[in-house]
Amino acid sequence: MSAASHPPVSPWRQALAAWRLRHHSKLRTMRLYAFTFSRSLSSMIGLGLVLLFFFLVLAGPWIVPYPEDATGSVNLDIKLQPPSAEHWFGTDEVGNDIYTRVVLGTQVSFQIGLIVVSIAMILGIPLGIIAGLSGGWLREVIMRVTDVFLSVPGLVLSLAIVAVLGPGILNAIFALALVWWPGYVRLIESKALSLKSEPFVDAARAVGAGMPRIIFFHILPNCVSPIVVKGSMDMGLAILAAASLGFIGLGAQPPHPEWGAMISIGRNYLPDFWWYSTFPGIAIYLTVLGFNLLGDGLRDILDPKTRSR
Amino acid sequence: MALFVIKRVALLGLMLIGLILIMFTISHVAPGDPAGVAAGPDATAEMIEVIRKEYGLDKPLPMQFWIYLGDVFQGDLGRSIRTTHDVTDDLLRYFPATFELVGVAMLIAIFFGVPLGMLAAVFRDKGADHAIRFVSVSSVALPMFWLGLLLQLFVSLKLGWLPLGGQIGLMTERPEPITHLLLVDSLLRGQFETFREAFAHVILPAIALSAPALAAIIRVNRAEMIEVLHQDFIVTARAHGISSFRIVAIYALRNAMIPTLAMIGLRFGWMLGGTVLVEGVFDWPGVGLYAVQSAVNSDFQPVMGATLLIGFSFMLANFAIDIAYGWLDPRLREAG
Repeated sequence: MSAASHPPVSPWRQALAAWRLRHHSKLRTMRLYAFTFSRSLSSMIGLGLVLLFFFLVLAGPWIVPYPEDATGSVNLDIKLQPPSAEHWFGTDEVGNDIYTRVVLGTQVSFQIGLIVVSIAMILGIPLGIIAGLSGGWLREVIMRVTDVFLSVPGLVLSLAIVAVLGPGILNAIFALALVWWPGYVRLIESKALSLKSEPFVDAARAVGAGMPRIIFFHILPNCVSPIVVKGSMDMGLAILAAASLGFIGLGAQPPHPEWGAMISIGRNYLPDFWWYSTFPGIAIYLTVLGFNLLGDGLRDILDPKTRSR
Repeated sequence: MALFVIKRVALLGLMLIGLILIMFTISHVAPGDPAGVAAGPDATAEMIEVIRKEYGLDKPLPMQFWIYLGDVFQGDLGRSIRTTHDVTDDLLRYFPATFELVGVAMLIAIFFGVPLGMLAAVFRDKGADHAIRFVSVSSVALPMFWLGLLLQLFVSLKLGWLPLGGQIGLMTERPEPITHLLLVDSLLRGQFETFREAFAHVILPAIALSAPALAAIIRVNRAEMIEVLHQDFIVTARAHGISSFRIVAIYALRNAMIPTLAMIGLRFGWMLGGTVLVEGVFDWPGVGLYAVQSAVNSDFQPVMGATLLIGFSFMLANFAIDIAYGWLDPRLREAG
């Protein structure tokens, strides 16, 4: 037959095939990770919950039935209604739909969680690398400051900070970020310290690699797994801490749809209007549960040595 | 060993000074005027000026820190603006209640956490292990304050089994103080009815407060037990025909307990932090409720005092773990 029966191979396909060939071993590892991860029910539940809540973050404004209820509208004639077909989670004391507010609350919580964890990483990872690689007095100073911060329960310290700055969502984020970074310093410092004396780092140094190259090509790539695991866990914990500040009355202020603040107000309407506090609480529980299970699952595949822990 | 202890004591002192420095920085360098914060929202300019003088805020910052440090080490934590009470007196009055709550919560966490961790290790990857993991992951993810509300809703209001809040009924006479711990004092004075009442009040807040520690203890104990159960001496014990129960509950547990004890010490400090959430829900008259009420009213001296107290207790707990570890493991002593 003529050559026409073979359709011409598109250049994209060729490029893809070449890329797959080049990254063959990496792809294999990835497939193994995916396989191991999908074998664990709890990891998959965690992933499912996190994806569900990310979906709510992105699609929230379009899927909720009463989007204006998150911005302080008032419908007193339908206040404190029990869950029904129109209002799945019932309504609150000004007649706002609690389902709407819980769903839109995911945005608030995820924003807080992402910002807090990002700032903590941006501050903590470089400091950890500096402390781990430099040694000497610089390391002492960084680690002692870290120790002091870690010697107070974070929630109490952030409570004190918000007490000075005044209540509000931005101050709560600032306070939480300020107490969150030391965890990353300690994690990265110990990792960098042990990597520093690895043969491959010595070898890189021997062939003349500079400090930046060693940090970016040898130290950081080996720190990714623990950072990913801790980041996932911390997303849940930061969301929980933000909700705690909201519950105390120092975080997001009403009518902002924040879960902790909703529980706090709903508390005044217990026990008769039980749905008010119940549903935001379930949302917090499922979010934190999701991130914890996901973090656990990631640890199992990325860091199998600590598997049983 | 003596050198090791001295080093640790010096470190403890340095950490405490560091903590005081952080608190000082937060209150003095943070944007906003500490005198304005102290005077409250409706203070006039003269009032703020008077307070500035009274607190020594017109002096240079290092000088102020030096004075503050001296005050703290002499036990002077300033005065509350809201109540004009001495913060140290307030904290001394509220701390026993918090200590009692944390103590009971810790006992609950240990009482359930250690056996559950053990069971999970023995039945590793079986149904019981998965069920226990569900319990432990859930008790981290449940917001403590919400768990407290649920307990109030079901156990107190619906079932009517336990009181809704407070440390003891309003009408009940408190026993003459000996240790200032209500549960202990009522027992020592032989007032068993009071003890029963106080005990009924502490159960729900203690359960709510114990949840994260319970999870941590289960996890550590499970991991350690799994490790220990694979060691040679366990195999030997099995070969000798010693009963499984005895091997697990005595020989293995004893070896797994050291890291578990360290976790318990660490969790003690975190629990003190958790009281700011739980005490408010249950109207428990302790340091946590005091700190929150002060924080909400921008009454800063009590918040600083409570933070220092909780931080220092946390440091002391860690110090105790360090010393215990050094005593148990000579290698750590040499590492310093």
